[in-house]
Amino acid sequence: MIELNQFLVLSAILFTIGVIGIFLNRKNVIIILMSIELILLSVNINFIAFSYFLNDLTGQIFSLFVLTVAAAEAAIGLAILVIYNRNAGNIEIEKISALKG
Amino acid sequence: MSMFITLLPEIIIFLGGCFLLILGLFIKKIKIINNASIILIIAVLILILFQPIQSILENSFIVDEFSQVFKIMILLGSLSCLIMFNSSNEDLHINIYEFPILILFASIGMMIMVSSNDLLSMFVGLELQSLSLYVLASLNRNSLLSSEAGIKYFILGALSSGLLLFGISYIYGFTGNTNFNLIAVNYNSQSLGLLIGIVFVCAGLAFKVSAVPFHMWTPDVYQGAPTPVTGFFALAPKIAAMGLLVRFLFNSFGEIYFDWQQIIIFISIASMVFAAFAAIAQSNIKRLMAYSSIGHVGYALIGVACVSTEGLRSLVIYLLIYLVMNIAVFSFILSMKRKDEYFENISDLSGLYKNHPFASVMITLTMFSLAGIPPLAGFFGKFYIFMAAIESNMFILSIIGVLASVVGAFYYLRIVKIIYFDEPQEKFDGFSIKSLNFLFYPSSVLITVFCFYPSPVINIADFTIRSLL
Repeated sequence: MIELNQFLVLSAILFTIGVIGIFLNRKNVIIILMSIELILLSVNINFIAFSYFLNDLTGQIFSLFVLTVAAAEAAIGLAILVIYNRNAGNIEIEKISALKG
Repeated sequence: MSMFITLLPEIIIFLGGCFLLILGLFIKKIKIINNASIILIIAVLILILFQPIQSILENSFIVDEFSQVFKIMILLGSLSCLIMFNSSNEDLHINIYEFPILILFASIGMMIMVSSNDLLSMFVGLELQSLSLYVLASLNRNSLLSSEAGIKYFILGALSSGLLLFGISYIYGFTGNTNFNLIAVNYNSQSLGLLIGIVFVCAGLAFKVSAVPFHMWTPDVYQGAPTPVTGFFALAPKIAAMGLLVRFLFNSFGEIYFDWQQIIIFISIASMVFAAFAAIAQSNIKRLMAYSSIGHVGYALIGVACVSTEGLRSLVIYLLIYLVMNIAVFSFILSMKRKDEYFENISDLSGLYKNHPFASVMITLTMFSLAGIPPLAGFFGKFYIFMAAIESNMFILSIIGVLASVVGAFYYLRIVKIIYFDEPQEKFDGFSIKSLNFLFYPSSVLITVFCFYPSPVINIADFTIRSLL
């Protein structure tokens, strides 16, 4: 039998990988989009584990909402990325620096 | 049926937005869509005044005095943004009729945020608002700066949504509920998991109000986004996120305030001090206003950190005054144009007094008010905040606040110095645009006359917090 703690540790590890992926990655914006997905899905593991161990449906409903929002967010992120690529000619993170000061 | 009536303002904006979206396909005139949106918002503003006070959907969506006043502030912000867009869309080369519709959808999201009493409706409202704002920031598709602002805002905004959700999942897991009132009944104040949840949700919301240390996106996005959008960023989403923060903290964790009070005090001090020093070196006026708004959020958060009736009352007064001051400043920034070219540098203002004496006097009063110089409205906003802090025995916080506002006065006064004493340049055309003057002069006059007649604002603030404590 798997316990609640194990789920929490798993999702915390995935969440941390996602956050580190955003901050350490210096190459490509697509990898950031993947990291954001990873963060949102690790939260879903949390919700479903809590929902199962609390015998309460709210967590599962919440995770469905999170999935929907994650899809919309990915769509908007990719659209903005396409516009940026058309204007700047690349999507390298180190070159995103027209605005600073 | 009562559910329908309670949700009526949101439903009307939603249906109106969908209708205009389809209408825009057939008539290619942005002005018509924009004016229709303005009428829609005014109609909803009137409707909100007559709404019955009740809660629906198992207490997850509340209409009370607090949400009514915050919704009115949000819609006033959206309204002034649409009026600014009306005067500038041709010159900014934004021929996209979706602009007013995105503003409408963002307004629905913000209205849900300030009405929500449940983690789920809070999350949905927040995301509806954020997703519309990502698109708005990158609206100028042919500009590198605008698309870069969009990409930066998207990445950091999505990260903050992730932090917020992680916190929500822990609060749900360690209390077994998502409703704010039920959380307040069911939590175990010794639980470490709950504390983690509160910290993460506070971090996510601090991102949305752009408080230090989660402010990195603000200057870049303010500078890159088209000016009417920047005005919208400074007006509506901040007020909505502040309302959400207050309701979340006070309704669900009002009893264990010592757990989150330190977090709020820390981000408030950090915002005030950071904004005061970082803004000194800026040359772009939109970027300067970004730092200014970070600082103002810091002062407003003192009102939350007091955890008292006086604190919340001063917070509402501060937000009302902040709204009016920013409407004045952004309609002024939008007036800085010659032919169809917009100017954004502070040095472009030099010698404005020679060409536009009346506008110069009014913007000087607005800058004095932002700096908090008596007897203008901004002074009273800060005065009430510091009084509330002193009454809650937070002397160090109020002393740091006063010192930070002295440092902050420097960069507002520098603009005044450039307007009055530097070499004059050519005239700006923008100061004869009627719709911008319609925003600029009334709001700057309101700031000036506030000291003669402050009681309406104080009464509104008293009315607002009646339902919270």
